[in-house]
Amino acid sequence: MGDVKRRRIDELAARAGQVPEGEGGVSLTRSAFRRLRRDPVAIIGAVIVVTFLLVALFAPWLAPRDPLAQTLLSQIRPGLIPGSQEGFPLGVDNLGRDLLSRLIYGSRQSLMIGVVSTVLGVAAGMALGIIAGAFGGWVDTVVMRFVDILLSIPGLLMAISISVLLGQNQYALMIAIAVTQVPIFARLLRGSMLVQRGSDYALAARALGIRKRRIVFGHVLPNSLSPVIVQATLSLATAIIEAAALSFLGLGDPDLARPEWGAMLANAQAFLSVRPELAVYPALCIIVVALGFTLLGESLREALDPKFRR
Amino acid sequence: MSSLQGGAPVLEVEDLSVTFQRKGEKPTRAVDGVSFSVAPGETVGLVGESGCGKSVTSLAIMGLLPSRGVKVGGSVRLEGEELIGAGSRKLRSLRGAHMAMVFQDPLSSLNPTVQIGTQVTEVLLEHRDMSKAEAAAEAVTLLDRVGIPDPRRRLKEYPHQLSGGMRQRALIAMALACSPRLLIADEPTTALDVTIQAQILELLKELVVDTGTALVMITHDLGVVAGLCDRVHVMYSGKIIETADRHELFARPRQPYTGGLLASVPRLDAGRGTPLTPIRGSARDAIPWAEGCAFAPRCDNAQDDCLTEVSGSVVPLAYDGPGRELRCRHPLEHPTAPSGATALGAPR
Repeated sequence: MGDVKRRRIDELAARAGQVPEGEGGVSLTRSAFRRLRRDPVAIIGAVIVVTFLLVALFAPWLAPRDPLAQTLLSQIRPGLIPGSQEGFPLGVDNLGRDLLSRLIYGSRQSLMIGVVSTVLGVAAGMALGIIAGAFGGWVDTVVMRFVDILLSIPGLLMAISISVLLGQNQYALMIAIAVTQVPIFARLLRGSMLVQRGSDYALAARALGIRKRRIVFGHVLPNSLSPVIVQATLSLATAIIEAAALSFLGLGDPDLARPEWGAMLANAQAFLSVRPELAVYPALCIIVVALGFTLLGESLREALDPKFRR
Repeated sequence: MSSLQGGAPVLEVEDLSVTFQRKGEKPTRAVDGVSFSVAPGETVGLVGESGCGKSVTSLAIMGLLPSRGVKVGGSVRLEGEELIGAGSRKLRSLRGAHMAMVFQDPLSSLNPTVQIGTQVTEVLLEHRDMSKAEAAAEAVTLLDRVGIPDPRRRLKEYPHQLSGGMRQRALIAMALACSPRLLIADEPTTALDVTIQAQILELLKELVVDTGTALVMITHDLGVVAGLCDRVHVMYSGKIIETADRHELFARPRQPYTGGLLASVPRLDAGRGTPLTPIRGSARDAIPWAEGCAFAPRCDNAQDDCLTEVSGSVVPLAYDGPGRELRCRHPLEHPTAPSGATALGAPR
């Protein structure tokens, strides 16, 4: 009798011990991703970002016309720029170029400048942050004072000076924006590495005689990355806005014909009273893309931060 | 347990002192002339309340104190080899291989972003000449040895997927991966609940017996001392104030502080509503050892000659019967040989 009971208990215990889902563990990144998928804000942000990325990627197929071709010139008169009509859903600009097509092609420039400059900024900032955070001491002091100097110059002023220095082309623009991002990432990574370096597991790893390089790259760095990932997403929004601002100031691509939202805004300035839509649409694009990246970044922050975990 | 003991001591600590000195501030002496030794297979307890210097002692032995603003003096010898002043490379190769440490909080002592298996094999790859496959196989054996069921699956999991007891077992497995001669356990059961505590202590006891590893147990929990330690050093304000065998200590505590610690343990057989008997004051009421017995301000037995001013000398750690040492001028007296039970209620 007792034997039967015993067997029943063992059976139940064995069943309870089984793990239904595959084998192996759930990493923090994977569980963060899972949380992200359940967050409506994240989904909205992701949809916006992905939509714009797809538009940029497939611009030649999506755009109804050539963004450079001038049409409807006969209808353009001082004080009149034709609006929406057959074949031109959003009308044309002051030179008769299809506005919708220009917006679609413009997403390529804006997104590329945003992404490339953020990647550059993150890479350089992280390199400085790792050096400062891993070595500490006087290396940390030197690197951080350098970063402080960068930080003390207003971002836009710095970007303007750099694009002036490097000449007027879009690579200069990317580098200019990247430089303004560097101090943020350097500080962020250094700060979070310093915190992680003082953590119990870093001490435990030292107590086990693990090499310093291994502790820094295998333990400290992976745990310090989540604020950087979040900030990078948020910085994409800033970079796109900054790119637009610099083109608006005439520091962007010297080829004015190439569509770019910031340049389109600058161009529309002269015709605000005639056709405000020329400014409204590119501005809307900038706002929506920036919003998309911001929403995504904010929900990433929540997903990666253990304190927000529900 | 005692059958495995003997031979040359694994760890000899002599006159160890640790001073924290920050610029523009008065130096603080956290550990002050601590000496003790641990034989193979022996478990030595360092007991004391928070801030008495027991954790700093363990970090000093392991060479894990920061080099800036900390002065370590005295001598620490591991199997005859001097550790104080040894190069950082030398120390690193000893840590994990010849001496290891288990920390208080098993969750924060494991890297949350790295699989358990990686963290275990990392130690093996660092100190033992092993291929990755060999290390992985050895990791399974190690987890199995510390009583983690289904080790193959556990190796692929992350720390947050393990229970508290399981995590501490994993950490013990990592500490024992290279069969160190010395294991320091710094309050290894404090963050665990009582049933798990018992299991972990049992595991440590078994491993010490099996491998002949010398174990230094740092704790404030007298239950842990009673269950595990062969010899006990009671620390107060950076100095050892009483040393005795476990049985002796519980039966006849001589230092009033030790007596107070034993008396303050809540008792299951006490009547309802019986108040606890705490030691009055707090550890911050200590006076510097140079001026007198640090415990004097809280001590019921304290008299004028506990102060250096009156007696003319600092209270020494002196011989107090076979295997016992005591730092006290007015110790508790035990006229008749009492049983352990009455000693717990010793007059204070």
